[in-house]
Amino acid sequence: MSKLGDLGARLHRGEVGYDFIGNRKIWYGLSILITITAIVALAVRGLNMGIEFQGGAVFTTPKSDVSVSQAQDYAEEASGHDAIVQKLGNGSLRIQVGGLDTAQSDKVRTELAKDLNVPEDKIAAELVGPSWGEQIATKAWTGLGVFMILVVIYLAIAFEWRMAVAALVALIHDLTITVGIYSLVGFEVTVGTVIGLLTILGYSLYDTVVVFDSLKEQTKDITKQTRYTYSELANRSINGTLVRSINTTVVALLPVAGLLFIGGGVLGAGMLNDISLSLFVGLAAGAYSSIFIATPLVADLKEREPAIKALKKRIMTKRASAAAKGESAEDADGLSMDAAEAAVVGPRTGRRGRTEERRG
Amino acid sequence: MAAPKKGRRPAGGQSRPGRALALILIAMVALTGGMFWSGHTTPRLGIDLAGGTSITLKAKADPGQESAVNETNMNTAVGIIERRVNGLGVSEAEVQTQGRENIIVNIPRGTNEKQAREQVGTTAQLYFRPVLGVTNGGAAPAPSASSSGSPSASPKPSSSASGSSVGEKKPTPTATGSAQGRALTEALKAPSPTPTGSSSASSKPKATGTPSATPTPDASTAALEQKFASLNCLDPKQRSAAGQGVLPTQPTVACGEDAPGQWSKYLLGPAEVDGKDVDDAKGVFDQQRGMWIVTMDFTSGGSKKFQSITSKLSSQADPQNRFAIVLDGEVVSAPSVRQTLSASAEISGNFNQQSAQDLGNILSYGALPLSFQTQSVDTVTAALGGEQLEAGLIAGAIGLGLVIIYLVAYYRGLSLIAILSLGVSALLTYVIMALLGPAIGFALNLPAVCGAIVAIGITADSFIVYFERIRDELREGRTLRPAVERAWPRARRTILVSDFVSFLAAAVLFIVTVGKVQGFAFTLGLTTLLDVVVVFLFTKPVMTLLARTKFFGNGHAWSGLDPKRLGAKPPLRRSRRATASGPVDPKEA
Repeated sequence: MSKLGDLGARLHRGEVGYDFIGNRKIWYGLSILITITAIVALAVRGLNMGIEFQGGAVFTTPKSDVSVSQAQDYAEEASGHDAIVQKLGNGSLRIQVGGLDTAQSDKVRTELAKDLNVPEDKIAAELVGPSWGEQIATKAWTGLGVFMILVVIYLAIAFEWRMAVAALVALIHDLTITVGIYSLVGFEVTVGTVIGLLTILGYSLYDTVVVFDSLKEQTKDITKQTRYTYSELANRSINGTLVRSINTTVVALLPVAGLLFIGGGVLGAGMLNDISLSLFVGLAAGAYSSIFIATPLVADLKEREPAIKALKKRIMTKRASAAAKGESAEDADGLSMDAAEAAVVGPRTGRRGRTEERRG
Repeated sequence: MAAPKKGRRPAGGQSRPGRALALILIAMVALTGGMFWSGHTTPRLGIDLAGGTSITLKAKADPGQESAVNETNMNTAVGIIERRVNGLGVSEAEVQTQGRENIIVNIPRGTNEKQAREQVGTTAQLYFRPVLGVTNGGAAPAPSASSSGSPSASPKPSSSASGSSVGEKKPTPTATGSAQGRALTEALKAPSPTPTGSSSASSKPKATGTPSATPTPDASTAALEQKFASLNCLDPKQRSAAGQGVLPTQPTVACGEDAPGQWSKYLLGPAEVDGKDVDDAKGVFDQQRGMWIVTMDFTSGGSKKFQSITSKLSSQADPQNRFAIVLDGEVVSAPSVRQTLSASAEISGNFNQQSAQDLGNILSYGALPLSFQTQSVDTVTAALGGEQLEAGLIAGAIGLGLVIIYLVAYYRGLSLIAILSLGVSALLTYVIMALLGPAIGFALNLPAVCGAIVAIGITADSFIVYFERIRDELREGRTLRPAVERAWPRARRTILVSDFVSFLAAAVLFIVTVGKVQGFAFTLGLTTLLDVVVVFLFTKPVMTLLARTKFFGNGHAWSGLDPKRLGAKPPLRRSRRATASGPVDPKEA
């Protein structure tokens, strides 16, 4: 069987496990760093807004022998504006002219048809008025807002408010990373990008919700036991759903990768490419955040709750006394910490997850 | 099919896999049958895939009238734009509102896109023009067909004190009704009746019959006569071209539909009153006469103009006593005038509730109730659209292929169930999309294709959740059949919760967004719903059935459920503790 399968078994038995919660500060730090980078990039470089957001036209010509620079000259001459020309995989040209309104761009199309010597109706044109993108953006923001509110309400009812908050933070985190990468790399932001970005909403939360569902189940009767703290159980939920998370992310990314490859390889640029690019970035960020950000955040919030706090105290005392009686004579100071960590890593070894499991 | 081993019933109870499978099978057969029966075996393609032009208009309220952008006005505008676009002879053009303030006009390829673009956004023009001549619509010289007498039916002004008159919208004048009509009939018999349909007619002033009733028979009048003669109102293209590019101060020709499929053509004088002069109009039911009529009130300026034209017209003989209400170059109605009218008037004719109210709307809005701004125009050539569709399908196939390879590599035999379920899901998605085309006008566009491809991941995730649960149960040392049943309730909950979130996102997106985003959201929502259906009615029952087979039940090495490979504990539990470390163990602690 594949190594991943073995990993699944060992994860399930708790033979291996990564201490996501214990190392959360590293991941918080990393995420804060990424977020700051993203915000700075956004502030300094801004976003490369596509034609849809500034008004203009994109013309796609049939397969043409006209060179890129020549086409650019034609387009600039016809429009009086700067033009960007790309040669697409199938030999056709994609000519992008900014700053036109729909009436002007109509004329440019006619002239281009003359210059390139192709019938006008063979040139595909996307003419966009300057306020169209604004409208789409406004609607997208509205959608984002409405969705966030609804989802927070839903999560607060289905789970609890702490999870809702954590999920929201993870969501914003994902969006920030995606936008930051767009700003840094300078990918063009189009309607396709917006679609992709909005889809990330659903997907990021989808992933988070699956982990939370397992967490909820694991911690159902947490106060009736004294073996594991909330954080430990949370960690176990993450590890328990890790294989699923990996599989899901791989399975979700594969079709998107297909889109990206085909979109880029065959058509050069366009809607397929734009959607899949933002999805690709967002999906990866979503998988990361549900494991490294959302669940640790829930644990952090939860550990502040009096009942959970008390539980942790009881468990720590119990472990300390057990250790005092126990085999190894470690120095008492590090003991409780180590014991806690051991429990995190190996709760299912059947060895009680005690001192012998210690890792330096 | 199963060789039931005695004694061991599945722990989870349930298990009527046959029923669920029968249900989904019936649903699939019914839907597929419905698809073939309806004749729509492929999803309708959007403009970006089939080629064509898609125009997005945004309503702009005049300052101080922000509330004008409302549902009623938007619907009126859609109706008017639809009429304009269809006037161009476009087949299957669709005009629909999107969101609160957008109208999307989709014009399939092969039509005069340029003309359509020009037509669609401009505010419609409404004029009242005196009728100079009228004849039945075709260019064919067969005037005898319509000899059912002149518009008569002496209408009595009803209660309205302000001097309303009842014009009769009687569209079947004799071809010999006037001198002009005769001349036109002559013209119709001219050797070259090939309709030119162009508005710049003055090239061929070869009218055979000199119009006698024309005041100044100069070249332009002759051209107009020629145009009138050759106009064939039965041809939609000519119909819409008839009044193109004519100034209101010029005489023109136009067509008017009297009854569905019955057209008259009109020779019209310069506009005397225009849409702005109408203050208010509505379709009302006249209790006394038991019929639908349209009442109009004019503005003060309009009243004067209307008074002068009606006093002129009422003394004329038919058809010169009629005035035509011309909207976008088409005669909506041409009532005759019996007396001088001023501040208000009513129009009676063959109205039903709908047509009376429509005309009322048109008159009171003067045309389009709102002005529109062109937001975007997407013209996609058929070649490019086809390429994009192909690229989308290839991408989908590659994506699906990769997913299948991964599933097979990781889940081995179990992947069979996942692949079958994905297949069922894909089939249902396809059939429903094909059916939704005619049902609600769903058109598959590029973002929708992307949505479907992305949904592969979401659908596959449900199986992964369930499979991982089963494998966890196996690792606990259970045999497959109880594992399948025990894993289900938990997997079910996870699937429902996560699918709900996904569906919520799709629904919100669909409601608040416009244009391309909507197509994407729709597909995503649809596939998420189908995912739930497929997992409940197909994946789970099939899993239950397959658990009874030897291959899976005994954990064949290639089944993906081999307990040894999964690292399961021996079925005989060594200790209490081993049991305690199941997923439920906090409970037992």
